[in-house]
Amino acid sequence: MYASLVPTSAEMIRFLPELILTVVATLFMVLDPLLGRQSRHVYGHFSILALLGAMAAAVYVYRDPGAAFSGMLMVDGFATFFRVVVIGVGILTVLPSYRYLDREDAETGEYHALLLFSIVGQCVMVTANELIMIFIGLEISSIASYVLAGYLRDDRRANEAALKYFLLGSFATAFFLYGVALIYGMTGSTNLATVRRAILGGSLGSAPIFIGVAAALMFVGLGFKVSGAPFQIWAPDVYQGAPTPVAAFLSAGPKAAAFAIFLRIFLTAFQPIGPGWEPLVWVSALASMTLGNFAALTQSNIKRLLAYSSIAHAGYVLVALAARSNVGTAAAMFYMAAYAFMNIGAFAVVSHLSGKGERYLKVEDFAGLGAKQPGTAALLSIFLLSLIGVPLTGGFFGKFYIFKAALDSHLVWLTVLGLLNSAVAAYYYLRILVMMYMREPGEAASRIQPLTPGLRAALVLPALGTLVLGIFPGWVLDFAGRSSVFVR
Amino acid sequence: MLMDTILFYLFAALVLGGGILTITRRNAVHSAIFLILSLLGVAGLYLLQSAEFLFAVQIVLYVGGIMVLFLFVIMLVNLDQAAKEKQFNRQWTVALACAGLVGAEIFYFLAKGAGAFQLAKGTAEANTGMGNTERLADALFSQYLLPFEIASLLLLVAVVGSVVMAKKRI
Amino acid sequence: MPTSYAETYFPVLLQAVIAMAVAAGMLGASYLLGKRVRNRVKDMPYECGIEPTGSARERFSVKFYLVGMLFILFDIEAIFLYPWAVVYRELKMFAFLEMLVFIVLILSGFFYIWKKGALDWGETGERRFRKP
Repeated sequence: MYASLVPTSAEMIRFLPELILTVVATLFMVLDPLLGRQSRHVYGHFSILALLGAMAAAVYVYRDPGAAFSGMLMVDGFATFFRVVVIGVGILTVLPSYRYLDREDAETGEYHALLLFSIVGQCVMVTANELIMIFIGLEISSIASYVLAGYLRDDRRANEAALKYFLLGSFATAFFLYGVALIYGMTGSTNLATVRRAILGGSLGSAPIFIGVAAALMFVGLGFKVSGAPFQIWAPDVYQGAPTPVAAFLSAGPKAAAFAIFLRIFLTAFQPIGPGWEPLVWVSALASMTLGNFAALTQSNIKRLLAYSSIAHAGYVLVALAARSNVGTAAAMFYMAAYAFMNIGAFAVVSHLSGKGERYLKVEDFAGLGAKQPGTAALLSIFLLSLIGVPLTGGFFGKFYIFKAALDSHLVWLTVLGLLNSAVAAYYYLRILVMMYMREPGEAASRIQPLTPGLRAALVLPALGTLVLGIFPGWVLDFAGRSSVFVR
Repeated sequence: MLMDTILFYLFAALVLGGGILTITRRNAVHSAIFLILSLLGVAGLYLLQSAEFLFAVQIVLYVGGIMVLFLFVIMLVNLDQAAKEKQFNRQWTVALACAGLVGAEIFYFLAKGAGAFQLAKGTAEANTGMGNTERLADALFSQYLLPFEIASLLLLVAVVGSVVMAKKRI
Repeated sequence: MPTSYAETYFPVLLQAVIAMAVAAGMLGASYLLGKRVRNRVKDMPYECGIEPTGSARERFSVKFYLVGMLFILFDIEAIFLYPWAVVYRELKMFAFLEMLVFIVLILSGFFYIWKKGALDWGETGERRFRKP
């Protein structure tokens, strides 16, 4: 009777990327108390190996897409795309962490274990096809992120960041869970496809208004996780207090995964009530873009500036969600990939320049970087130009496709306001560029250390990624376009 | 039937009385003890609803586990200081608005009766011969196998996280 | 055979009532029968016969918090054993293996905190924390 319950090997293989990461992370955890300080770099090496393995596995299992574990997981193009993105974010986070952890004299074992656990959670999120699974993935990713944000315990700002992130984050998760409970009560299922069928078939137990309530509650929870307005207040404080590589990770990995489930839930289960939630997303998108960009104008701390810019970029992706079309989904997918590259690269430069104890975080500290370390400055220029959205960078095509999708869906005003916002954003990114190339070197640039191999890779890889997405966007966009069809 | 009604009001009184005492006591330890009382009342209500598993969870986790943590956290803060502070602060208006909202919600459901929120078929059946715990276990260990296993990962992350955050120098 | 749900749990209710009656009886009896002497010395907290010094309300070490936290986590693990025990007979080896994976993962967490010295309270434990 229960023989049918045993997962088949095909199902197990579809879970392979998560399995690899789980095993390695658990090994790190067990080995950490046993190994001494001299092996502190081993964790980083093995993290990268495990992440590369997991990425290969994620690509490999796409040869045989399908559901696994009683429909809990759905390995499709969408899941594969985001799996690769979050795992890639993991690799790009590990690379600058070598130098950072050495400099701050922090433990490495738990750091990498938590990082891998967080990525497992994100992989589960983006692959899940079921609300309970999504929730557990979200929690694993979030709890690991809370701890990572406060990893430097002797730093008051890091403590504050961890506490704020934890309190507001668990509050947001509670909202999400409330929505899940309402959905289960009304439809008798947590499977996204079944929920959709129940809404379409009108076989709801209760008034349809409660579906709207559930959607709104989940919107609050997810809006927090992607740091979209009006749930963005935590982002600047957390990004500022967290260790810089962790801030880079938070702005790319958990955010990409959160957007993945945002798209999946709202475009499958809640797709029938699309006209109902579209205004909500519309307002949130506009508020995120405006708030993020205008607040970033006045920031003097580079991490806070990037945090506000990250809020604005969440706004752009919300525009793609508001479009409610396959083109919009594809644009959001492409944008998250491009954004991961350019933002992690920018944070890596910040991490490199800031020095021990993160002393140099002012925008003025970039003065004369172009003269002192031309290579680093050139790479940062690529990231900043891509964040502005200049042609030949990934950021340009990301914005282009998003606004094209919005126009296709007749969101004319949102497009106009979004474009105006991009113009505002150019100002604060250009300010950094001007600082780098047109000012005399200050204290920070004079004391800058030579690049280590890890840091060099952490800067060159995202720059290559940004340029490839900017010059040959076709292949990635093609894949995203083919994978953006959820409802078959 | 009468028995059920009497028990319901008994447990409900425990929940409400415990809750009110929790927020009005000045001594934080007393508040925690009254919270235990309130949580025990909730456990009784679960049992009245034939939800034995939730009853067990409520007793073992909430009354047992969470309260231990709660008391420990109270021991960590400076109680004498806390007792001197004002019990009502500026946020009482926000709290009142939230309470009013929840109150309106409750009255809405009371006015509409049982028809206000109908559960989908398959979720509302109880007492179908099989106990609540068996049904839950059946689902948990067959259909929800993966979430169950992944839950252990969640606990693992929490273990590492709490050690990392609490220890001064590891 | 009990017919209603309340009847099924009637023995439990009875037991609860008896327990409360015993507790109330003990307190009440000692209140009625006991001799009461009230003075300053008698009202002092008893500290092994030594005069009490200072306030009992001291801040506790953060270790208590850690123990409490870990207790909850393993408590949650234990609660999963309860539904498992109910269906173990039907699912047999399958359920056993499921639980084995679950427990092994949790056990690795236990190994971690053990080796990390998070459960040590004495000097040796403290020393083990500071790796050379």
